[in-house]
Amino acid sequence: MIRFLLKGILRDKQRSLLPVVIVIIGVMLTVFLYCWLRGILNDSIELNARFNAGHVKIMTASYAKNVDQLPNDLAITGVDTLLIKLKREFPEMKWGERIHFGGLIDVPDSRGETRAQGPAAGFGIDLLSGDRSEIERFNLEKSLRRGRLPVHSGEILMSEEFSVKLKVNPGDTVTLIGSTMNGSMALYNYTVSGTIVFGTGPMDQGSVIVDLDDVRNALDMNNAAGEIVGYLADNYYDEEKVAHVVTKFNSLFPASNDEYAPVIVTLRQQNSLGKMIDQIKAVGAFAVFIFVLSMSLVLWNAGLLGGLRRYSEFGIRLAIGEDYSHIYKTMIYESVLIGLIGSLIGTSAGLLGSLYLEHHGLDLSNMMKNATILMPAIFHTRITSTAYFIGFIPGLLSTVIGTMLSGIGIYKRKTAQLFKELET
Amino acid sequence: MENSTLISIEGLKKYFPTSGGRFTALNGIDLTIGKAEFTGVVGPSGSGKTTLLNIIGSLDSPSEGRAVVLGQSISNLNPKQAALLRRSKLGFIFQSYNLLPVYTVFENVEFPLLLLRLDDNLRRKMVMDSLEWLGMTDKVKSKPAQLSGGECQRVAIARAMVKKPEIVLADEPTANLDAANSHNILKTMARLNSEFKTTFIFATHDDKVIGYLKRKISLVDGKVTMDEIRNN
Ligand SMILES: Nc1ncnc2c1ncn2[C@@H]1O[C@H](COP(=O)(O)OP(=O)(O)OP(=O)(O)O)[C@@H](O)[C@H]1O
Ligand SMILES: [Mg+2]
Repeated sequence: MIRFLLKGILRDKQRSLLPVVIVIIGVMLTVFLYCWLRGILNDSIELNARFNAGHVKIMTASYAKNVDQLPNDLAITGVDTLLIKLKREFPEMKWGERIHFGGLIDVPDSRGETRAQGPAAGFGIDLLSGDRSEIERFNLEKSLRRGRLPVHSGEILMSEEFSVKLKVNPGDTVTLIGSTMNGSMALYNYTVSGTIVFGTGPMDQGSVIVDLDDVRNALDMNNAAGEIVGYLADNYYDEEKVAHVVTKFNSLFPASNDEYAPVIVTLRQQNSLGKMIDQIKAVGAFAVFIFVLSMSLVLWNAGLLGGLRRYSEFGIRLAIGEDYSHIYKTMIYESVLIGLIGSLIGTSAGLLGSLYLEHHGLDLSNMMKNATILMPAIFHTRITSTAYFIGFIPGLLSTVIGTMLSGIGIYKRKTAQLFKELET
Repeated sequence: MENSTLISIEGLKKYFPTSGGRFTALNGIDLTIGKAEFTGVVGPSGSGKTTLLNIIGSLDSPSEGRAVVLGQSISNLNPKQAALLRRSKLGFIFQSYNLLPVYTVFENVEFPLLLLRLDDNLRRKMVMDSLEWLGMTDKVKSKPAQLSGGECQRVAIARAMVKKPEIVLADEPTANLDAANSHNILKTMARLNSEFKTTFIFATHDDKVIGYLKRKISLVDGKVTMDEIRNN
């Protein structure tokens, strides 16, 4: 019987084409939308990871407890040996040392008196070693507004807004007033090499980026780092792989009472990203629901039209002795077949589009003009395993619901009228 | 008339509600029809032929009286039981063939057997046999649109005959056919009737059909006015 129905669907193009096309479009949109949302989620995760959290982050136990205060007196010491060990034990990871610090940026006039002053949040990252990983993670080249990136020690990047506020131009000298690891005051002069835009208010108001070794010199943090961030090699945050890293790390560095002992935290533990993932999932479910609803309505009508076309077919089947409920059931089977065919094609099309955008991205930099660290101009889709089946939910549900609604009409046919109806 | 009774009708009345009250389409019919009959219900338009066939075919039910078909009282059947009776024991032939246009000749004839859930090989054999009786084996793969009217009606007869039903009901089966095709088809049905002892009941006012009947039941205004056995 199924084979019989399938033949009917394939041969009666006018009957099946409209529903299939509707399903294909709806499923394609669902899959694509889902991948798009996952892409945005993924981009924000990766942004967060690159800029702040890493896929994992290693700190001392007490630094981790007070991380908001940037407690550099609690920084990891003996970073060299720790890094050697990390690189050996986790060849699949890339590591980066970072120092977050706070301080005042003081701008002297020609006589050395303070001309302007402002509080700054500072990032010490590797800019000069020749390894460009951190420069890329911070998207520095694209975020540069004026001047150039530091190429010598003693050079500093300022956020554009901050530099305007302090009336500082590339080439000017500024003084960092901060505190050393041991708590004494630190004064250090830098030459401004360029300005950058972060794309977020608080950071643009007063941030500086300096090479790691320059910060170490300034703050007396020789061979120390506040944090070591770690990244999975393929640059995608994968909870399973990260969990694996965490387990291994914890066996290498068992928990102790030493408050300077290194501890590891994951990206998810550091931020409210768990919540964000859940929200995106809710949005995805809502989108699917909307598609199911609207496609059902359209398919209901398509079903009614199809029912008209097949009026005499159903009549003859009733006369030959098919049950009402059996005809109704075969209509549902047919809708499942149509739903499956449409969902398969729609999912393939949606995945294909998403696949392209996953690799090439949609570059909106022309429209967005100014790319920033926190607002990359290239959008990527992200294909997860869910994307392979999520389209089948609206695809199947809507055809089945649409058919269930339109098919009810079959129960209203009176067999007593069949001879008359079939005479013409 | 042969010995075993397939259909017995007593005091059958059928009313249809109308705006002004009710219309009596069948007004007290008494009839018995036996195995292997080749019978026609004949009468002018509006006399109730189709209404009677509908009730015998379990497509409609009596308002009064009894109609017992193959041991089952039509009034007592629910839609599921009526469908089962039609599907297993009755065949229908319509004026306008009513073949399913997307299916081939073979598949059209196969359809009633699918409803009976017969297995592949048996189905195949039965379909080919049936098409053989109708001389349509060379058109198994054709679609209805590619056939002439006469050929379509042959396929429709093959579809009605394929499950070897006890009774075949045919409402004006020749109305859309020319004389040559009508005779052709009637001869075939007469042959099937004598070969398989299938009971044929026609509703018709076509003289060509009447010429082949072995029994002619005349209906006027919902009443049997004459019931004659004929010898051809
Ligand atoms: N569903 C119905 N509602 C009301 N009246 C009906 C209905 N079905 C049939 N009738 C009436 O019953 C009478 C008998 O109808 P029926 O179709 O049985 O006639 P018939 O003998 O088959 O005529 P024809 O040769 O034109 O096919 C007609 O007058 C018709 O108008
Ligand atoms: Mg009639």
